[in-house]
Amino acid sequence: MTTTTRPTVLLVGYGMVGHRFLEALADAGAADRYRVVVLAEEPRHAYDRVALTSYFSGKTPEDLLLAEDGFAAKHGYEIHLSDPATAIDREARTVTTASGRSIAYDTLVLATGSYPFVPPVDGKDAEGCFVYRTIEDLHAIEAYAAGSRVGAVVGGGLLGLEAAGALKGLGLQTHVVEFAPRLMPVQVDEGGGEALRRTIEEMGVVVHTGIGTTAVTVSPEGAANGMTFTDGSSLDTDLVVFSAGVRPRDQLARDCGLKVGERGGIAVDENCRTSDENVFAIGECALAVDGRVYGLVAPGYEMAGAVAHQLADKAAKPFTGADLSTKLKLLGVDVASFGDAFGTTPGALDVVYSDSRSGIYKKLVVTPEGALLGGILVGDAEAYSSLRPLAGTGTPLPVPAESLVLPAGAGGPVSLGSSALPDEAVVCNCHNVTKGEVRAAVTEHSCGTVPEVKKCTKAGTGCGSCIKLLSTIVSDELEASGIEVDKGLCPCFGQTRAELYEIVRVKRISTHRRLLAEHGRLGGEGCEVCKPTVGSIIASLAPELEASGHVLDGEQAALQDTNDHFLANLQKNGSYSVVPRIPGGEITPEGLIVIGEVARDFGLYTKITGGQRIDLFGATVDQLPLIWTRLVEAGFESGHAYGKSLRTVKSCVGSTWCRYGVQDSVAMAIHLELRYRGLRSPHKLKSAVSGCARECAEARGKDFGIIATSNGWNLYVGGNGGATPRHADLLAQDLDDDQLIKLIDRFLMFYIRTADRLERTSAWLERIEGGLDHVRDVVVHDSLGIADELEALMANHVSDYQDEWAATLADPDRMRRFVSFVNAPGVEDPSIRFTPERGQVKPDLTLLATEADLLAALDPDNSLLLEVR
Amino acid sequence: MTTVATETAFAVATEAAATDRIEVLAEGAWAPVCDLERLAPGRGVAALLPDGRQAAVFRDHLDRIHAIANRDPFTGAYVLSRGLLGSTADGRVYVASPLLKQRFDLVTGECLDDESVRIVVHPTRLSPA
Repeated sequence: MTTTTRPTVLLVGYGMVGHRFLEALADAGAADRYRVVVLAEEPRHAYDRVALTSYFSGKTPEDLLLAEDGFAAKHGYEIHLSDPATAIDREARTVTTASGRSIAYDTLVLATGSYPFVPPVDGKDAEGCFVYRTIEDLHAIEAYAAGSRVGAVVGGGLLGLEAAGALKGLGLQTHVVEFAPRLMPVQVDEGGGEALRRTIEEMGVVVHTGIGTTAVTVSPEGAANGMTFTDGSSLDTDLVVFSAGVRPRDQLARDCGLKVGERGGIAVDENCRTSDENVFAIGECALAVDGRVYGLVAPGYEMAGAVAHQLADKAAKPFTGADLSTKLKLLGVDVASFGDAFGTTPGALDVVYSDSRSGIYKKLVVTPEGALLGGILVGDAEAYSSLRPLAGTGTPLPVPAESLVLPAGAGGPVSLGSSALPDEAVVCNCHNVTKGEVRAAVTEHSCGTVPEVKKCTKAGTGCGSCIKLLSTIVSDELEASGIEVDKGLCPCFGQTRAELYEIVRVKRISTHRRLLAEHGRLGGEGCEVCKPTVGSIIASLAPELEASGHVLDGEQAALQDTNDHFLANLQKNGSYSVVPRIPGGEITPEGLIVIGEVARDFGLYTKITGGQRIDLFGATVDQLPLIWTRLVEAGFESGHAYGKSLRTVKSCVGSTWCRYGVQDSVAMAIHLELRYRGLRSPHKLKSAVSGCARECAEARGKDFGIIATSNGWNLYVGGNGGATPRHADLLAQDLDDDQLIKLIDRFLMFYIRTADRLERTSAWLERIEGGLDHVRDVVVHDSLGIADELEALMANHVSDYQDEWAATLADPDRMRRFVSFVNAPGVEDPSIRFTPERGQVKPDLTLLATEADLLAALDPDNSLLLEVR
Repeated sequence: MTTVATETAFAVATEAAATDRIEVLAEGAWAPVCDLERLAPGRGVAALLPDGRQAAVFRDHLDRIHAIANRDPFTGAYVLSRGLLGSTADGRVYVASPLLKQRFDLVTGECLDDESVRIVVHPTRLSPA
């Protein structure tokens, strides 16, 4: 095949729908039948615009990219970034671009999307006025907000509330102005709008409904400084975001004479073909055959699939209209609307539950026979993923509708299992995947996990709202086919770490041996996996179990990995490294001198760590107590560098010295490090505190990171550096000191309770059902009613803490282990030798090469030289 | 290196007194290690042998005393005495190296993760004080 014989498909617009078209074309096996050229206006590849706001809670633009690396190259797509189309010549079948390219096409696909509607008011173009559409818009808002105090959003719809959440998150006093009498007028009714408004106002966002904006007032310097409204009122504001809806971008089509709708949108038929048979239009720029322009991604995806199938000469499903169901989390409030939400079907009845105190509103629309037509859920949309697929199927609900909206304790709510769904029910709305297809992925394509099913079917890879339902279907299906998944910790235990934690806690089991005897699936010794894991669980719960809190006591001593056993870190030649705790990285000159003297006197290699402390390498087991005697005397304590426990809380210098700092980050870091030191956990824990948004302490790369704001502290969780870097997600913002500590207490204890062995918070957050939202519900909103218990566990840990090294030095029994040879105390291990490098020492590995080398080095005259005492 | 697994005699401490002395056989002679009570079940100690070699001595959950070479053949470091004990589904007791976690059968010296590797096993006994 040569390029000259392949017809050209030219895609104008590289947003989510454009990308989906490219994927669908490849999936249909037609990517190599065409030369595919893509013109993108933005400087980056297609990204997840639906998740745009997550940029403010830690996602980078790269995180939001839709295509995997090498996608374009793999399929031979030519993508031109920052080069939008400027004109179409339908006669010549060419498109001209901003950079002056002229590209000939055989088939043209328009996926130009939409633009934000800005009402034609005075001052709308002033400095400080923004729209909310692209990553570049968000960059600009973020930069401008840094010097602002008040922000206002014009538009109380879906995007408007997202923008309001973003402004709030940037620390602005936030207002929302909506022309309609309620918030989100398209998705929810009056009752839902009221519930939403109350919850959002409680968060400190001021909501103005039923008024229109008449002008943006402008300072003499040309910057926005206020707004005036139709009711004669006004508002002082530094920043205005217009988010009053979108309009189809149909100018290219208009200019070349394609048919467009009266109120905009490129008119297409049910095959998404425009008035020119060589031109298609898909997504938000298209006016569908039912006379609507769809501003949601799922219908856009359907159109993209339909066109790709036609180009692949495959049967394509005509696009005649789409479901407008949505589920969102706006400012932390769940809002869902699906099916016939407003009850417009003749004869429709509704069942409503409304609790204005807690901001919950649920309405289900049903037929007289009891079949579900649609509904609105505000404040608690848990049931969305199981209800939406049932809407419009015509099958009467298996339980009375009222039992589905009532709160717990009032005879409900009943949750519908996956068995209530018929096979043709659409589980994933974004990719139009039915329950039957998900089941087939498990039974026919042997997918055994949710990630495998996602990969196989694409279900759950759009907005993600169906993942919970997906996992229920997958596990139901696995169970039905008799496949058992071994989730056991190790060969000895069939339970997960979290399950063992609960068993230890509830049955108050304080030894590995008893746990293995009563709950293991193998008798015997246990193994190198379950011993330290159970040791860690027992150590975390020691006060509750009335067990010794010291990891070297009783059976505990036999469970610890060598690092914990010697309270130091084993290095490659059998020597250990020593890390004294330096809370928050703050150290006196005297402290530094002591560390320096100890290192010098014991000949240790010294290096500064990434966690703002000092690592001393090359100590033998005999030297460890001698080294620590001096360190403890000088006031140092164990840094727990050897344990699966809190390492350091790094800090920047904060408001005490830094001209940008807004809070005392050093004091907070020290406070946190002293509070959580010694806490045993499923994996190591790292933290940092930054004194301002410049983030010099790199808190968002930590398991829990704290960033100062002018109003208090923002708490981020689940960050990680290392091999799989992840920026931490915002858990809660503008906390005072007490609130911050309370939330960290709960977060850490919840993690310790539910994480797998060696699962860092980042992986845990990705794995745990419900993800960050669930963790926030539990930790911030106490949805499981365990917050008191988690706080009490932490309070016990704090009051029970003792320095492991001081306690070890004080106990002859614990000290006995620190000899190289049990039968020759005082004899140094001859295999541990060092050679010089860059003014310090490094391990001499040549002696370790063979046993003969070592013996020869010890005994040059070939006579026995060691006398055993 | 031989591939035939030979079992070596080991002491059993179930009936022994805490002050009984553990000894290992090396180069035809019994070398003293320590009193039984120094050795916690599931853990090991290192002993220096008269010829300058090192032994790792363990007490397992059935109170059996095992001795193997202390040198980890994968890294050359003398650290096996600091590994954790475990047992397989068929009841073989092993130590996992604290460095790279390879497992060595305490009775035969075989590496369970690489059958080409085998380390020395020493017979053990308990002598009354």
